[in-house]
Amino acid sequence: MMKTTGTLLLIGGTSGIGRAVALHYAKAGWRVRLAARNLEEVECNANDIAVRYEAEVTTHVLDILRTDTFEAFVNRLPELPDTVMCVIGWMGSQPQAEVDLDHAGQVLRSNFEGPALLLSLFAERFAARRAGVIVGFSSVAGDRGRASNYYYGAAKAGFTAFLSGLRNRLSTTGVRVVTIKPGFVRTKMTAGMVLPACLTADPAHVARVVFAAAEDRRADVVYVPGLWRPVMFVIKCLPEMIFKRLHL
Amino acid sequence: MTVLSGWGRYPRFPTQVVEPIDYRAARLLTPLHAGLIARGAGRAYGDAAIGEQVTLSTAQFDRIRSFDARTGLMRAEAGVVLADIIDVAMARGHFPPVVPGTQFVTVGGMIAADVHGKNHHRDGGFGDHVEEITLLLPDGSTVHCTAHQNAGLLAATIGGMGLTGTILDATFRLRPIECGWMRQMTLVAPNVGAALDMLHQHRDASYSVAWIDCLARGPALGRSLIFTAEHASRGEVQALGLDPFPARARARLSLPIDCPQMLLSRVSVALFNEVYFRVGAGKAGVPQMVPWESYFFPLDGIGMWNRIYGREGFLQYQCVVPPSAARETLSGVLDRLSRFGSASFLSVLKQLGAAHGDLSFPMDGYTLALDLPLRNGVFELLDELDKLVVAAGGRLYLAKDARQSRMTFERTYPGLEHFRALRRTIPGSERVGSRLSLRLGI
Repeated sequence: MMKTTGTLLLIGGTSGIGRAVALHYAKAGWRVRLAARNLEEVECNANDIAVRYEAEVTTHVLDILRTDTFEAFVNRLPELPDTVMCVIGWMGSQPQAEVDLDHAGQVLRSNFEGPALLLSLFAERFAARRAGVIVGFSSVAGDRGRASNYYYGAAKAGFTAFLSGLRNRLSTTGVRVVTIKPGFVRTKMTAGMVLPACLTADPAHVARVVFAAAEDRRADVVYVPGLWRPVMFVIKCLPEMIFKRLHL
Repeated sequence: MTVLSGWGRYPRFPTQVVEPIDYRAARLLTPLHAGLIARGAGRAYGDAAIGEQVTLSTAQFDRIRSFDARTGLMRAEAGVVLADIIDVAMARGHFPPVVPGTQFVTVGGMIAADVHGKNHHRDGGFGDHVEEITLLLPDGSTVHCTAHQNAGLLAATIGGMGLTGTILDATFRLRPIECGWMRQMTLVAPNVGAALDMLHQHRDASYSVAWIDCLARGPALGRSLIFTAEHASRGEVQALGLDPFPARARARLSLPIDCPQMLLSRVSVALFNEVYFRVGAGKAGVPQMVPWESYFFPLDGIGMWNRIYGREGFLQYQCVVPPSAARETLSGVLDRLSRFGSASFLSVLKQLGAAHGDLSFPMDGYTLALDLPLRNGVFELLDELDKLVVAAGGRLYLAKDARQSRMTFERTYPGLEHFRALRRTIPGSERVGSRLSLRLGI
């Protein structure tokens, strides 16, 4: 069933993926609320979206590490959105995380604790309303811990499990929970990296897939690009005895 | 290191490419590098947007900051693509004041090359409609330039090929239009002299351009189809039952591979030209309604058309000559080209007016632009054409150029000394440099 339009609250409004998703929703006629830490940057994105599609776009300051501000943030929103989406992903630096507990903690908290707690608040309100879509951006990195980014991967694994549990709990309430697992995406985060073409997506492509999954289809877990699903299936099947010696 | 080339795919140079994620990153990294130049969409044909050492991509600066449909003023970051500007403007009854032959160029590139369109003789270049720019100087500081503040820097940056610093964003004025259709008239000119006369006679038309058959010889040398156009009124479009704002062409042809060079033989292109000329001539004298996209950007309908000349790439040659010398010089140029027998699909002739940037290409006169595949003898031929252009008091377009000599350049750009003097006042300007500036000693 296709929903016509509504209000999207996007957490992570300065990210490349966030901007692409917001543009896509605005183009489809949705009202867009962008939340981010850096007000100046997110306002530039909001103006761009508003100018391109003559859409209603507002900006809201939110620091994903400041969990004590979440209640007030939700209560101050102009309305309870139809769809809430968290696209936050912060890789940090794996080598630094290995020797610096503060840094490691920030990676864990910004990728897991913050997003999970914030979406919990919406889950309660959506369940009471008996409608709404919750979209969380996890990562293929959360499917199996690897030496190159296991703090980030562990946080995303936690977030994946959280979304899975939430979906399980809300499955009879009319609230839907969608887990997005992006592979490589050409954004600021990956600028300058050499990436395999068949496993890499443009932000605009991710936006199309996410919009279709969240608003048109009854999707639960979405890999993007889709080739990541079989790839991660194989990687998950590898016996630990073999996996621990690989450099993936 | 990445190997970069321009749209002509010749020449190719290794360069480090950096892509700052925001202005702050650009400010931080700019002072750290020497031999750096900004690059937008890479649509300059030659070596203008390849850094001597480092190439700074403006791809992440792609946000439209504001648009006011009452005043037509738009502020956009340097990496915003013209096609996006047209979409936004068109939806609110506006159109860019000047568009070049492709809509896949960036704001920064249009200013740096002071691009011209089919209306230069009336409306000037894109730079003439720029009201403000934010410029990132080589030392990492940013300045705002307007007609009242840093005006000299603004004039040097318009047409300055990125050599005064990196343009971060710009404010420019769009023009109101009633619909997305053009009322086009086709005229047939039997030779180049007639084509020049007709362009002059129709100088009051909003837009005019001549397509020249470069392979025609003898009395038909330079035979042309001239297309003049006006923005149509909403009334006349509705009377015809047309949607005032035609949708963009959907299915785009794209060249998936490099064509083998033999495909472009003299015979195949002569055949193409003959058909094109006859079909066009059949429409002469009758006004036609054409969508904006096909009038302004016929080549954009074919994605990656630069592959048609094969892997080796091609040269684009664009010169301008003053009106008094136009007939003789352009006849000489066309005569040598037709005898050389090189295949050029789209050769265009346009009228230009004066320009205001120190290194802007346009001058009062006529400009001829054509493509030449890279093959034996082409460099010698173009050196010969350069002599005709220099003797006539003309010059070559830097955004297209890949091979002119330093001497040709220095003799034909009278604003060069002023430009150099102004550049010397910019702290750290010696650290800005492209392959073009290195070749021409700018």
